[in-house]
Amino acid sequence: MPTTITLNGQPTPVHAEPDTPLLWVLRGELHLNGTKFGCGMALCGACTVHLNGEPVRACITPLSAVGSANVTTIEGLQGPEATALRAAWTAVDVAQCGYCQSGQLMSACALLRKTPRPSDADIDAAMSGNACRCGTYPRIRAAIHQAAQAR
Amino acid sequence: MVKRRTVLLGGAATAGALVIGWGVLPPRQRLHTAQPLPQAPGQVALNGWLKVGADNTVTVMMAKSEMGQGTHTGLAAILAEELDADWAQVRLEMAPIDDIYNNLATVVDGLPFHPDNDGSIKAVAGWLTAKTMREVGVMMTGGSSSIKDLWLPMREAGAHARTLLVSAAAAQWKVPAAECQASAGTVQHPSGQRASFGELAALAAQQPLPGKAVLKEPAAFKLIGKPLPRIEAAAKLHGTAVFGIDAQPPGLLHASLAMCPTRGGQVARFDGAAALKLPGVKKVLAVAPYHGGTGAVAVIADTPWHAKKAAAAVTVEWDHGPAATLSSTAVMAQLAQALDRAQGFGYHSTGDVDAAMQGASTTLTADYRAPYLAHAALEPINCTAQFKDGAATVWTSTQVPGLARRAAAKALGIDEGKVTVHQLLLGGGFGRRLEVDYVAQAAAIAQAADGAPVQTLWSREQDLQHDFFRPACMARFKAGLDAQGQLVAWHNWSAGQAIVPQVLSRMFGLPGAGPDKTTSEGAFDQPYEWPHARIAHETIDLPLPVGFWRSVGHSHQAFFKESFVDEVAHAARQDPVAFRAALLKKHPRHLRVLKTAAELAGWGQPLAADATGAKRARGVALHQSFGSIVAQVAEVSVGADKALRVHRVVCVIDCGAAINPNLITQQMESAVVFGLTAALHGEVTLQNGQVQQSNLHDYPLLRMADCPQIETHIIPSAEPPEGVGEPGVPPIAPAVANALFALTGQRLRALPLTLA
Repeated sequence: MPTTITLNGQPTPVHAEPDTPLLWVLRGELHLNGTKFGCGMALCGACTVHLNGEPVRACITPLSAVGSANVTTIEGLQGPEATALRAAWTAVDVAQCGYCQSGQLMSACALLRKTPRPSDADIDAAMSGNACRCGTYPRIRAAIHQAAQAR
Repeated sequence: MVKRRTVLLGGAATAGALVIGWGVLPPRQRLHTAQPLPQAPGQVALNGWLKVGADNTVTVMMAKSEMGQGTHTGLAAILAEELDADWAQVRLEMAPIDDIYNNLATVVDGLPFHPDNDGSIKAVAGWLTAKTMREVGVMMTGGSSSIKDLWLPMREAGAHARTLLVSAAAAQWKVPAAECQASAGTVQHPSGQRASFGELAALAAQQPLPGKAVLKEPAAFKLIGKPLPRIEAAAKLHGTAVFGIDAQPPGLLHASLAMCPTRGGQVARFDGAAALKLPGVKKVLAVAPYHGGTGAVAVIADTPWHAKKAAAAVTVEWDHGPAATLSSTAVMAQLAQALDRAQGFGYHSTGDVDAAMQGASTTLTADYRAPYLAHAALEPINCTAQFKDGAATVWTSTQVPGLARRAAAKALGIDEGKVTVHQLLLGGGFGRRLEVDYVAQAAAIAQAADGAPVQTLWSREQDLQHDFFRPACMARFKAGLDAQGQLVAWHNWSAGQAIVPQVLSRMFGLPGAGPDKTTSEGAFDQPYEWPHARIAHETIDLPLPVGFWRSVGHSHQAFFKESFVDEVAHAARQDPVAFRAALLKKHPRHLRVLKTAAELAGWGQPLAADATGAKRARGVALHQSFGSIVAQVAEVSVGADKALRVHRVVCVIDCGAAINPNLITQQMESAVVFGLTAALHGEVTLQNGQVQQSNLHDYPLLRMADCPQIETHIIPSAEPPEGVGEPGVPPIAPAVANALFALTGQRLRALPLTLA
């Protein structure tokens, strides 16, 4: 029996069992590969998606917990904050290998929607769950500030 | 030939324009592939490095992997520069596997010679090695070598193609080629005639091979030296960049593994009956350890989650293999015993150390140690493979596509020509993806899938525990000072596993023998002008796979050496910067890097305390690796809870010509964070051959809140370009340790840095 989730604004039928982590529904079944697998234990943030605008780690969020919430992935991330963040990410040249960047942008976007002019401490707190092995942190911080100022 | 190449590089650097005579190049130069490049409709290959499309796109063939270092952007700029292409028309395509793309720079750099040695033995060895590697070498991205390796071949390729395009225009317009000019993707004639590269491509391919081509003078560069943005950046912000894990061939199945908990162990017997009854499961099979890997039971299922759940349901009896009793504590004890023997291969010797030490008025000695480390790239190890009708296709993120192809072919028992490798983006490499254990494993799993493609994906735990670790290492130093506090004797020897012999064995089946430069690099190949010195390393063989970890031997040897230099400076009651400067009188480039870093960091000026009242101090380190010179000054404080905090790092690099200053700055920031992660947190320990860390909670990575402010300065230079991916890593640990000494008086001689 397929269940239906609201994914990037579209009702989307999925066949996975209720215990399937949302990450593997997105990647394994729906082939939305922008959301990344990094650790499987909510330790790296590479799989960050939004549930009703709140950042969650898709690797530990079972399909059964999604219910009627709106699921937003990097492919569907839109709006003025997302646009400003992508422009700032480009201007500051944030990405290196890029593997964590979907998750970084999802967390940064949730931050800006709640806190339009974040302090460094706000950024530390909001981004603490997103690891970057390439060390793009200084540029992520600069890009978030730049996006906030551009808004 | 090496001599000629050196002359050419020298000419490029100093005199500017340089004429390449195609006719006199050695017969197997690096311009044309053995097989024609694959060409899409409307595309024309002008040589092995680029294709021009009727749609006026220029497709640059990428012989190197993109793992975050910006190599693709740098290489494309180098070729586009000499081609006179418009940057907007440039596209990228991964190069096929061919000898012209083999990495020459790394193997030549791997020879155990001191950088100051430019004698005939080194020259002949370098020439022979380069010649051999062009014929039998491997395509490889690593050793911070991509730009260095392809700087000249890609400039030549661009110039060659530009010459063909100009010849085509001249032929079409019936004017002398010398009157035609290429710029921004078009060829023009003073008469007003004008044609795009796309319009000229087909005719250009029919032009006779030009007798000579002229490379640009550096002053004429429009792209080289400019901060061009990363070519693949937009895809990485929209989730559309395709990494190895994103391979999605139709009908893809998924494999999950139960791996032997002991590194290098294998399956004795298993029972997959329970797993086979679970939803979506297709096959359960034992997979041997390939190329230094670990054995496993693989479960193939329809989805990644079904595969993962079923892998947990397999019961296995393991053969724990040769590492079954290995513990890292015992390894460190073994290395300490080796230090007491004071033996090993001598990598560098000058003067008479023993006599100088005896004549010294002060001597000091200290032991240093560094642990095993994991790479922990964020994209866990994975590989997708399909075996159908006797042929195989592999989709993966690798630093060695040719070796990956060979590994797949060998695992499947087929000819290499029957294997196609699709190279995708790397979610970090750092040396881990120089290994091919996972490629052979995925091929063997795909062989059981009745023609369907299978993605084999490791868990984070498996990625961490079945790595090829940065070797643990210990070092002992002795230094002698004269009555004036001048360093007169330097004696250093270290002990640890060697990587290269293991690689030769597991990759090529060759007996690993002879000195391995990577064991002592960072110790013996440094610029300090100690009058009497002896530097050696004793290789300890252990049944634990070790591998290349970003900056390799430098990663720990720099910590040892730069910390002990600091100890000696303090013993001599000299300022650490002034003490180093006095040892660099004949090395103006190193001196400039050191002094620039000190100046930018405000060395010697008082530092204000934190808002919390915590005092700060600075520490400095200077290190040469992969041809580049880096100095870093770190500012640290220690909180009430003994929490060590690095606030600011000034990083100065001389990497020769800076191809893309923006990407070089990125790499310095990246290296500081990577090195600081290891300096503060990095440690892999083993008990009974089993890694005791499992995921990012006990193998932590530096986070946003702990990341210092990093200020990078690039020394302007017209010398040939050197490495940038790794050279920023080695100095950070000693810079921080030296700052901690200045702050607390505690000399920390072990990594990770832990205050008493």
